[in-house]
Amino acid sequence: MSALSRRRILFGGAAVGAGALLTACTSNEPDNSAQVNTNTDASANPNAAAGEKVVIGFTAPAADHGWIAAITNNAKAQAAAYPDVEFKAVEAGADAAAQRAAISTLVAQKPTVIVMLPHDGKELDSAGLEAMKAGIPVINLDRAFPSQAAFRLQIKGDNYGMGLAAGHYIGEQLKAKNVANPLIGEIPGIDSLELTQERSAGFKTALAEYGFKVANRRPAEFTADSGQAAATALLQALPKMDALWNHDDDQGIGVLAAIKQTNRSEFFMVGGAGSKAAIDQIKADNSVLKATVTYSPSMASSAISLARLIGQGKGMSDLVELQVPKEITLASETITKDNADAYAKLGF
Amino acid sequence: MTTQTAPPEAPAKQERRKLDENTLRNLGLVGVLILLIIVGIATKPDLYSDPTWVKNNFLTILQQASAIGVVTVGMTFVIIGGGIDLSVGAIVAIAGVWSTTLATQSYGAGGMIFTAIIVGTAVGLINGFLIAYGRLVSFIATLAMMVAARGLAAQISGKQTQISTNSTINDIASTRPLGIPLLVWILAAVVIVGWVLLNRTTFGRRTVAVGGNPEAARLAGINVKRHTMLLFALSGLCCGIAAIMLTSQATSAQAAMANLYELDAIAAAIIGGTLLSGGRGTIVGALFGVLVFSTITNLFAINNLPTEVQNMVKGGIIVAAVLIQQFRFQSLTQLFKR
Repeated sequence: MSALSRRRILFGGAAVGAGALLTACTSNEPDNSAQVNTNTDASANPNAAAGEKVVIGFTAPAADHGWIAAITNNAKAQAAAYPDVEFKAVEAGADAAAQRAAISTLVAQKPTVIVMLPHDGKELDSAGLEAMKAGIPVINLDRAFPSQAAFRLQIKGDNYGMGLAAGHYIGEQLKAKNVANPLIGEIPGIDSLELTQERSAGFKTALAEYGFKVANRRPAEFTADSGQAAATALLQALPKMDALWNHDDDQGIGVLAAIKQTNRSEFFMVGGAGSKAAIDQIKADNSVLKATVTYSPSMASSAISLARLIGQGKGMSDLVELQVPKEITLASETITKDNADAYAKLGF
Repeated sequence: MTTQTAPPEAPAKQERRKLDENTLRNLGLVGVLILLIIVGIATKPDLYSDPTWVKNNFLTILQQASAIGVVTVGMTFVIIGGGIDLSVGAIVAIAGVWSTTLATQSYGAGGMIFTAIIVGTAVGLINGFLIAYGRLVSFIATLAMMVAARGLAAQISGKQTQISTNSTINDIASTRPLGIPLLVWILAAVVIVGWVLLNRTTFGRRTVAVGGNPEAARLAGINVKRHTMLLFALSGLCCGIAAIMLTSQATSAQAAMANLYELDAIAAAIIGGTLLSGGRGTIVGALFGVLVFSTITNLFAINNLPTEVQNMVKGGIIVAAVLIQQFRFQSLTQLFKR
């Protein structure tokens, strides 16, 4: 018995050691070109002048997606831009339960403000309430809480608006080209998510204004390889296509690869989110990708700035109100070749 | 189970019966494939009336089955050998991510392929080592590896999608020697090597013996532990090859790639007639299993049907295949005997 368990410990240790060794001998620091609000110059913006010290607690899921990675990097970088902000990040763990525990730990440390991107707004509603009850204002990033009492500020992107923007761009382009009965493809992300359904609903509504509809819809999973598989299936189903909306630029890497592999170019494509690679490609104008509709992780930078103002009891200088508003929904913007330069710094 | 594994020195009669059974099952799967194609023709006659499209569609189905097909060959060996490998998707991810780091990419295509294969095999070897010598149940060991390898992949990639800038790697997916995609050639090569390995070598014989009755295999002088370890390394090797194929298709790699490949590979092996308890299975059957899934995906795509229905159909086919395996084929083979 003891010999056996000793052996198990030995092998377990060997496995852990091997893992550590593997990690140690790779080096690939991704360059985290985070988006920092340049509006932190005190001479131009009185709000930027150093004020009361604010401790900002931060938690976001540790997901494998470029967008979430950008959210965390942006928050960190923005906090570093203010000398009066102390940034306390807590790893949110793998699921809602783990994040709830992380938030309890955070609340116990009594930060001035908490900024969180919940795993799921509904499941973390109680965690938001708990923090608010403890007198800590909560800033909800992107995934709304059902109870109004669970947050001080909600800042999020506009999924429905993203679909609308993509639909309008495609509608306008096809109308300009006088295409009757166009064949339009759609590659959404994970189909069971509310955000995907909102995006698709917006897209459908906008296309309907032009009398168009989606001819084929193949969901992917926000990853490049699933995007490649979905696009391959879609291209096979539609031997001729006029336009394509792909909801997410990360999976778009795979979508564009599939388009190149099948030598197709008779249509134009619109992306989603606004990644740096996509913006560069739109600017270069050498592929079917002609536009992308934003859902920018820059919202994390703005959330930190607003958390600081809330902590210091200040309002937004361009608004009349003395406090920061309760809800902010970012507009989804359409990036094309013409304005790609202006958006280049917001790409993630 | 009445279909007990034949030990290596099985009588010729039993051998014959097993062969009949496998042939029958494979014919059944070919029947399913033909049925799916007929449904395709019936629902989309306009597409199927264009011969160029039909040829392309056929190649697309094969191409989309290629990476998962390679993984399934390795999985089939592991299952026949009495184990299970839940970490294949994660191994593809770690191999893909490792081979596309900026550091690895600087060594060129050869370096990337070498890295993917070495990393895949090494992770498989760790699995096999823990299972054979650490006496962990393969389900648990590979479950742990599934989580850990994805974690390591996320760590290495910094949770970013790593774009492959190597044109040689990226061109693998678009190259078509003799009009057939290179990816399909790779799948064909892996299937042929796998078939020969399983059916024509002592390694294959030992795999069946170890899976059917490890104690008997041990008494017969087979080094069961070493063999088990090699089987998992083989699965890892297949994952390494698949990682390069998938990286080339997506021109990138990331920690979340090859999501749920373990389930697709197990399902394909099972409907191909591989016994989950080990000791029996065929490479050709597993290949047909993969093709059935790939054809269903294609059929649903050309008809613009939602993927949730597709998943339900896939589930139904898995259950049906296992049920048929349990009841029908026994009686059918009896019928043919008489």
